[in-house]
Amino acid sequence: MKALRRFAEHLVEGLLALSGSVTSLAILLIVIFLFKEASGLFGSPAIEKGYVLCVHSTNSTDVLNPYQIKRIFDSETANWNELGGKDMEISLFRFDDIFSLYSDEELGEDYSLLPEKLGETISQNPAILAFIPEKYAPAENPSVKILKIPEISFSDIFGGKEWFPTATPAPQFGILPLIAGTLWVSLFAILIALPLGMGVAIYLSELSNERTRKILKPTIELLAGIPSVVYGFFGLAVLVPLIQRTLNLPVGETAFAGSLILAIMALPTIITVAEDAMRNTPKAMREASLALGATHWQTIYRVVVPYAASGITAAVVLGTGRAVGETMAVLMVTGNAAVMPHSLFEPVRTIPATIAAELGEAPGGGVHYQALFVLGCVLFVITMAVSISAEIISKRNRGKQA
Amino acid sequence: MKRAFFIFIAILGGVSNVCAQKIKGSDTMLPLSQKEAESFMKANPKAVVTVTGGGSGTGISALVEGTADIAQLSRKIKFDEKNRLREDGKTVKEIVAAYDALAVTVHSSNKVGKLTREQLEGIFTGKIKNWKELGGDDMKIIPYSRETSSGTYEFFKENVMKNKNYVSGIMSMPATGAIIQSVSQTKGAIGYVGLAYVNRSVKALSVSYDGGKTFVEPSIANAKNGTYPVVRPLYYYYETKSEEKVKPFINYVLSDEGQKIVAETGFITVK
Repeated sequence: MKALRRFAEHLVEGLLALSGSVTSLAILLIVIFLFKEASGLFGSPAIEKGYVLCVHSTNSTDVLNPYQIKRIFDSETANWNELGGKDMEISLFRFDDIFSLYSDEELGEDYSLLPEKLGETISQNPAILAFIPEKYAPAENPSVKILKIPEISFSDIFGGKEWFPTATPAPQFGILPLIAGTLWVSLFAILIALPLGMGVAIYLSELSNERTRKILKPTIELLAGIPSVVYGFFGLAVLVPLIQRTLNLPVGETAFAGSLILAIMALPTIITVAEDAMRNTPKAMREASLALGATHWQTIYRVVVPYAASGITAAVVLGTGRAVGETMAVLMVTGNAAVMPHSLFEPVRTIPATIAAELGEAPGGGVHYQALFVLGCVLFVITMAVSISAEIISKRNRGKQA
Repeated sequence: MKRAFFIFIAILGGVSNVCAQKIKGSDTMLPLSQKEAESFMKANPKAVVTVTGGGSGTGISALVEGTADIAQLSRKIKFDEKNRLREDGKTVKEIVAAYDALAVTVHSSNKVGKLTREQLEGIFTGKIKNWKELGGDDMKIIPYSRETSSGTYEFFKENVMKNKNYVSGIMSMPATGAIIQSVSQTKGAIGYVGLAYVNRSVKALSVSYDGGKTFVEPSIANAKNGTYPVVRPLYYYYETKSEEKVKPFINYVLSDEGQKIVAETGFITVK
């Protein structure tokens, strides 16, 4: 009998250890997967896979970077002399254009004559820039030069300020505006939520009577249960026009609307955690403070708040985590314009919103897909940095008390 | 006795003629295909048609892998996709099931009532920034776009902007409904939506594709007679081999009954 119980206990212990290790392993694998997928982006060619850019062999240009290519195909750069070449207008040729020049019959069975016709077209036009599949590129034609395309580099991604993941032929993966947008919205969300949340937490734990507390606390906790898409819809239909009208802005979908919604969403977390921390202050400490002649308010801000500091920090961190990672509500109210934020009253695009909006249609394994995983990694690093710094702060506080 | 006999016949028919067809692809066409499938199954109780979305590209992938019988696309099949099918030894047939017109909408108080294609390109590429340049009030233009994953985004870029990229500060909204909502409450806004989504809260603009000579109002009638230019066909693609299997459904969509559903879902009929 006793042996059986011992065995059962061992079994339970083993199961607990197993579930713990499985969870840690799963998290580790997810992180590895995240970084593995993301790493594929570095070193990918800067234009669409399987395609090349061709020019006439008399053209002195040898290499174009992704940003230049995008500007050319947007007709922002219209002349070769802006790129150090001869003074002639760039004539753009997209692959589909060949089908308006030649019929399917003229291109032969299985497009066997396609390279030849492409070569012909390119050799006739010294100012051409042709974007064609590598498979059909007329490599043997002496009057055709295939441009060297650089690889997507670290600085293109982390230093770039343009996010055009589906631009053809050269997608732009500058994630700086997205990182800035995420931090910008979250920072102001916390700046709004922290004083409010602390106020409510202090009121609930120290000042309110038991009856109001019993009504208020569940109400606030109810806020946490509202799905984020409902917050988003509320924001779009109510907050956005309100902000636009009262501040007389040209557009209401702004970083401010996002911060406000996030602040409301982070409030329940901050209030609940901070209040719990404050209520955990031992009665003896409060009474000692009051016995020394301190007023109620002095007790709160000299004894209770410092004692609960690590709990309050945890509240802030949990709130920040929610704000940084929140997707749906922000997607709906911030306007999602990928620009560097200059003020609080401009549209911004955040990392989670970008991933949510774009992953559905990004072809698996492609550069766009990998770029979204890079964004995921960045988000992971940001939230991890926040948690680690919180850990350090709360440890230091604990050290002080002891 | 008679009833039992009919049931027996029905079961026999069902067993001998089970044809489950899978349609996959464009989200734009999802409501259309779903309604068509429902009434097709009502008319032919033996048939089973399932419809799923996921985007035009996923439809073609499913056709390549053989997990779908019909791919629904809100754009023409790309050269690469055709090539991929050919490498697998598959040839596809193309059917235009309906047309979809895009309307350019502005806030209802906006004085501007018509724009040329060049002006639209200027607005969405960020070259034209103020309504006063277009004969309206002195007010900043706020262009609204769909997200990059949307087929509508690609179509507008191709058809109206001649493949140029949108301005980098463009507002991108996750759904057509969100664009209508934002345009209706933002004075300087401009956005594009499917014709079926236009309602009284926004103003739809007339568009000119010949440099301002003729402006055409977006309406089903104008889209049908070919005068309204921002119209795209909606396609069904299927493998030539499986023609026999999918033909009843395709024929149903193209029939008068099927086209009535096309009109009901807010698209433009083929005939």
